[in-house]
Amino acid sequence: MYEHFAFALKNIFSENLALAFFLGMCTFLAVSKNVKTATGLGIAVIVIQSITVPVNYFIYTYLLKEDALIAGVNLEFLRLICFIGVIAAMVQILEMTLDRFFPPLYNALGIFLPLITVNCAILGGSLFMVERGYDLAFSVNFGISGGIGWAIAIIGLAGIREKMKYSDVPHGLRGLGITFITVGLMSMAFMAFGGI
Amino acid sequence: MKPLRRFLDKLHPHFSKGGKLERLYPFYEGADTFLFTPGEVTTEGPHVRDAIDLKRLMSMVIVALLPCILMAMYNTGYQANVVIAAAETGADVTIHGYAGWRVTVMETLGLALDPTSLISNVVLGSLFFLPIYVVTMAAGGFWEGLFATVRRHEVNEGFLVTSMLFPLILPPTIPLWQVALGISFGVVFGKEIFGGTGKNFLNPALTGRCFLYFSYAKEMTGDAIWYGVSGADAVTKATPLGALANAAGQGAEKFKEELANVSFFENFIGFTVGSLGETSTLACLLGAIVLIGVGVGSWQIMVGVLLGGLGFSTILYLLPADANLLFGIPPHYHIVTGGFAFGLVFMATDPVSASMTAAGKWIYGALIGIVTILVRVMNPGYPEGIMLAILLGNVFAPVIDHYVLQANIKRRIKRNES
Repeated sequence: MYEHFAFALKNIFSENLALAFFLGMCTFLAVSKNVKTATGLGIAVIVIQSITVPVNYFIYTYLLKEDALIAGVNLEFLRLICFIGVIAAMVQILEMTLDRFFPPLYNALGIFLPLITVNCAILGGSLFMVERGYDLAFSVNFGISGGIGWAIAIIGLAGIREKMKYSDVPHGLRGLGITFITVGLMSMAFMAFGGI
Repeated sequence: MKPLRRFLDKLHPHFSKGGKLERLYPFYEGADTFLFTPGEVTTEGPHVRDAIDLKRLMSMVIVALLPCILMAMYNTGYQANVVIAAAETGADVTIHGYAGWRVTVMETLGLALDPTSLISNVVLGSLFFLPIYVVTMAAGGFWEGLFATVRRHEVNEGFLVTSMLFPLILPPTIPLWQVALGISFGVVFGKEIFGGTGKNFLNPALTGRCFLYFSYAKEMTGDAIWYGVSGADAVTKATPLGALANAAGQGAEKFKEELANVSFFENFIGFTVGSLGETSTLACLLGAIVLIGVGVGSWQIMVGVLLGGLGFSTILYLLPADANLLFGIPPHYHIVTGGFAFGLVFMATDPVSASMTAAGKWIYGALIGIVTILVRVMNPGYPEGIMLAILLGNVFAPVIDHYVLQANIKRRIKRNES
């Protein structure tokens, strides 16, 4: 229990997918202009991440791993394409479910939901799961906490960028320049649990 | 005061438009309004002004900081004197090379290195504090002046407070070039790049310290950087929190022993090792009374941090401490050890980087309190949690404000509909 709590804290803060590994940067910078859309995207990432990492865990362990399906056959070279397929399928299913049962949320998310398919934080989550050799419980934990970490990073950045409308930033730094500096300062604050 | 006014008036033409030193007007203006109340009146609306402006506001913070500054000088000198006295009687102590010139100065002044003498302690302590403060003022003031000159702004008083806070959160033995580097990073990247006081989102002093903390961990944390005493034999020693975290790594017996060593009263008054100004909870309490009394600091944030910290550490204290011995630190110890009180009173309440809405202040405060305790008990690498907790609070303050505003809007729409 304690172990899982510490593991989750580490994934949310010091090993944040966005701020420590710089994954999903394109959406992270492009969609963080206001808090409302950032929150929508953040929630979508949490949902997709916490579904795909465990699903990919099963696919990897029971189909792709050496000796898993047929003794003596190693299908690991199919890892990347399988994971991307799973992610795309999951996003599609989620999109249809939302469209059918929660139209307001579906409309609020709009284009961002399909965009998640190509968000490298999602694929990165699944690849980290394999590389670090997590078991099922830690995979579930990693999916959820990794998603939460990415979500709160983008929501925090959106809040700061909204506040920064009143700032007087030097001309050359306006736009992406100051955003990168902000992200750097944020990642410094997120180091809080770096020693766990 | 008359000759001073005449002198400033004589200089005025040089700095005003068309004068030779026009570009340096911010410096003149800064000195002028620091000494005299500006005589200008408003010509257009709004005409209703508060009697307290930014300059008065910041002066109040300096007044509130005075107990901490005095305590910083006294305690640093006291800790150093105790170690030096022990060294002379032949105890096994390591004294840093830094103390060398200070001892020479003390001898030249004819002052004995005596831990029981008030004057000796204060003078030796100020030999630690003043160089750090002077370097902070010079390096930080340079950047502040440079940006003000280029932007044609006034030099802002916010810097006076930053430069006063920054030395107080540094360890006494820090090399001076690191002080200059830290304050430069804090002022430039923490504040000026966003447009100066009031437009930043992080506390500049903490940004500078955090930068140093991660860049030069050896000089900022660990056992070797504090002057301290322990028992009969004086040795350089870790801060109470650092010692507890160390002991927890060595088993339950050792932890209990160390916890018995940490005296609540000693930590409350401040006779312990730690960053210059943070050791004394009592001095911070006096500062808090001043800040709340004149209405400069937000009491909601202070109480929020206190409740968050106390509440969360009580929950942890009641949990079984099998997994983590540090859960067993009593809640009231958390309040007096380390920088908790100093951060609570002076750092978390920074009006620029904190939450602005009434409900947001409570949430922001509680968040800082909880994260502080969480870092302290969960993370043996950083025994001191308040700095990172406040920076994290600063990062999320705009989001908290956003959601508090949205909730208010929703509530009002609902009220008008029915």
